[in-house]
Amino acid sequence: MSVAVASSAVGPGNHAGFYEDEVIRKFVVATMFWGVVGFLVGTYIAFELAYPVLNLDLPWTTFGRLRPVHTSAVIFAFGGNALLGTSFYVVQRTCRAPLFGGAALGNFVFWGYQAFIVLAASGYVLGITQSKEYAEPEWYTDLWLTIVWVAYLVCFVGTVMRRREPHIYVANWFYLAFIITIAMLHIVNNLAVPVSFFGTKSYIVWSGVQDAMTQWWYGHNAVGFFLTSGFLGIMYYFIPKQAERPVYSYRLSIVHFWTLIFIYIWAGPHHLHYTALPDWTQTLGMVFSIVLWMPSWGGMINGVMTLSGAWDKLRTDPILRFLVVSVAFYGMSTFEGPMMSIKAVNSLSHYTDWTIGHVHSGALGWVAMISFGAVYFLVPRLWNRQRLYSLRLVTYHFWISTIGIVLYITAMWISGIMQGLMWRAYDSLGFLQYSFIETVEAMHPYYVIRALGGLFFLIGSLVMVYNLVRTVRGDLRREAAFERPRAAVAPNAAE
Amino acid sequence: MMAQEKEVDALTGTETTGHEWDGIRELNTPLPKWWLWVFYVTIVFAVVYTILYPAWPWFNGYTHGILGYSSRAAVRDRIDEMAASRAHWVEQIETTPMSEIVNDPDLLQIATVGGRAVFANNCAPCHGTGATGRPGGYPALVDDDWIWGGTLDAIHTTVMHGIRNGADPEARMSEMPAFGADGILTPQQVSAVAEHVLALSGAGPDNEEGAQIFAENCVACHGELGRGNNELGAPNLTDQIWLYGGTKADIVHQVTKPRQGVMPAWNTRLSDAEIKQVTVYVHSLGGGQ
Ligand code: HEC
Ligand code: HEC
Repeated sequence: MSVAVASSAVGPGNHAGFYEDEVIRKFVVATMFWGVVGFLVGTYIAFELAYPVLNLDLPWTTFGRLRPVHTSAVIFAFGGNALLGTSFYVVQRTCRAPLFGGAALGNFVFWGYQAFIVLAASGYVLGITQSKEYAEPEWYTDLWLTIVWVAYLVCFVGTVMRRREPHIYVANWFYLAFIITIAMLHIVNNLAVPVSFFGTKSYIVWSGVQDAMTQWWYGHNAVGFFLTSGFLGIMYYFIPKQAERPVYSYRLSIVHFWTLIFIYIWAGPHHLHYTALPDWTQTLGMVFSIVLWMPSWGGMINGVMTLSGAWDKLRTDPILRFLVVSVAFYGMSTFEGPMMSIKAVNSLSHYTDWTIGHVHSGALGWVAMISFGAVYFLVPRLWNRQRLYSLRLVTYHFWISTIGIVLYITAMWISGIMQGLMWRAYDSLGFLQYSFIETVEAMHPYYVIRALGGLFFLIGSLVMVYNLVRTVRGDLRREAAFERPRAAVAPNAAE
Repeated sequence: MMAQEKEVDALTGTETTGHEWDGIRELNTPLPKWWLWVFYVTIVFAVVYTILYPAWPWFNGYTHGILGYSSRAAVRDRIDEMAASRAHWVEQIETTPMSEIVNDPDLLQIATVGGRAVFANNCAPCHGTGATGRPGGYPALVDDDWIWGGTLDAIHTTVMHGIRNGADPEARMSEMPAFGADGILTPQQVSAVAEHVLALSGAGPDNEEGAQIFAENCVACHGELGRGNNELGAPNLTDQIWLYGGTKADIVHQVTKPRQGVMPAWNTRLSDAEIKQVTVYVHSLGGGQ
């Protein structure tokens, strides 16, 4: 029997005291806290785009300053805390070793990382920024993050080195690739000369098109190694655990791991198609992106097919549904990405809302959904509760956020493609058919729909927070076990 | 508790690898065939593409690809193509005086269609799509209420050089004094003259003091009857069409501290043909004189 999962399941018998779990509890709380903050700011700026008066005519609340607050809050604060927390949980369990550096180092990483987030976000609101997308924090914040990140690396690698298992589990390869590559990207992209010792301003050492290339080498691999590799680490642990099934294919996990790592790193130039970037670089960015398609899908296949033989669990287990649907969104956006990297497609999609829609099918569908699944899995275990307060609420959360995502990405597809087509439309005499302002006017209804999608997503996350708070308090909602729809239709249902 | 034995998973009939981590095992399923084949196809595509297009860097440059493609050349070709397709009428627009363009139905059509495109891309952000104006000093261009004149030549001059932009020496200039802020009139006088201005367009009762102040300070620019003066860019105050709003507070504000609207010069940004077209377009909107 391959399903030995039950032996290490929930309960006080779960190696209490052996693993360093206190710090993971903190990471889980931080994940949810920053998640709600990030979704809230995101929804607000979505409404700002639809209704510009919401900028309030104050510098601190303009779209330009709040946007990086949103992106950093969701990627680095919500996503980052989810990654750090789950990686500490997974690495200890799959290595059967307590966290290297113990509570002290773990807490340093935790508090250090929160300090980084607060330093970064407060800077944005005050207008302190390097103006590099997803790398906005100024030099002092960057330096601080570097110190915290090295401590994180030490914690993680130290634990792996102490392992009592002969092999390193695949989730840990992915986590390690994420930690190491992010360190490299962060340092190279942020090399800067501060103007003064006590001032916030600095100048990046790269200039011109080389700066652009470095930035998108960083930016694309932030997607590749932060939002993909790291979250695949989550996927490889939490899906088999929750499904209580073995991972579909060990061989696929090896091949897609190495191909993903080797190919992703070259794909950045597709962010700079039809710019001053030399043609040869653009070509390479495009073809590597296309070759990346199958390596990306390897993760999806391994995630979804792990359910083979256990598909019925999707009906009764809303946590598993979060995890598996997230992988489906992952598959969708990793198909869309290579497609958008093709120059002919890119000439339509680039600079339009389509890109925003693409990002969010990955961010909401994949990154957030899998994090939700992992947190639902973790909370009862970390707080030693019998189960979640309510599985019904998990189901509601699932549907509310799914509706939100669908509204969001369909609105952005329509608005993005429409925008791209309007920009390039010529009339019979060879004049541009639409002005920029007309394209903006045409997008207004979709901006409203997108903002509503964000609102749904935010509400879903609040339902989750409520459910988790009740769980931690030890409450159990009295609710009927999930009836199996199958039983209702099966002719021999005898209940 | 560590099972290092390979075994067969009951549900799928596939062998496991024999490793186990925290209860997780792995099946030894082979790579899906379709997956592998699509992967190979993408690699072949990539190789072929890099042979066709500029791709591989080398010490002294890069491979240029057998199609000889370059994105700069491609853009240049498309711009040239577009220019060539427009060349015949661009030349006609350039060489024909505007007064003749408006009398030649073909040229008029080209000029207004082209002018609409120029307008939409350059002027609409300030003057509004459809040239209906925007609050805060951006005049509508669809009516016959002209600040600087509505003949073809007057509009052409306004567009060529702009208004109060400090960049073009030939820009339209004239500044209404800051009567209140500079202490020329007391707040009480400003209030009185504002009421008189409202009375000029029948929007309120008149007053003797205001009329007196107006006659002494304002007629030089706005005219005896307040009908304005195109030479000085002084708006007509009798028609209830306002740049900055028609409440008493708006007018008090304007007389206290005028806003001095600015428009950029377009002769450095648009071609001669484009400026002519947009002039004809604006002239054709309904208020041309
Ligand atoms: C940056 C904003 C801005 C842009 C862009 C702009 N304008 Fe203007 N325009 C103004 C302002 C402000 C005025 C009124 C200035 C004043 O108070 O006299 C004006 C006045 C005019 C007038 C004079 C109206 C009158 O009643 O005499 C014309 C004609 C005009 N603009 C045409 C154009 C055209 C054509 C374009 C595009 C090529 C354009 N404008 C672009 C701001 C702008
Ligand atoms: C030197 C010439 C000059 C004098 C003198 C002058 N104005 Fe003006 N006035 C202008 C100009 C030019 C404008 C348009 C300002 C702009 O476009 O920003 C203007 C605009 C105005 C407006 C705003 C019109 C609108 O449509 O919103 C009012 C009201 C006005 N003047 C009232 C007065 C009053 C009252 C006086 C006398 C106390 C006065 N002006 C004296 C030149 C003058």
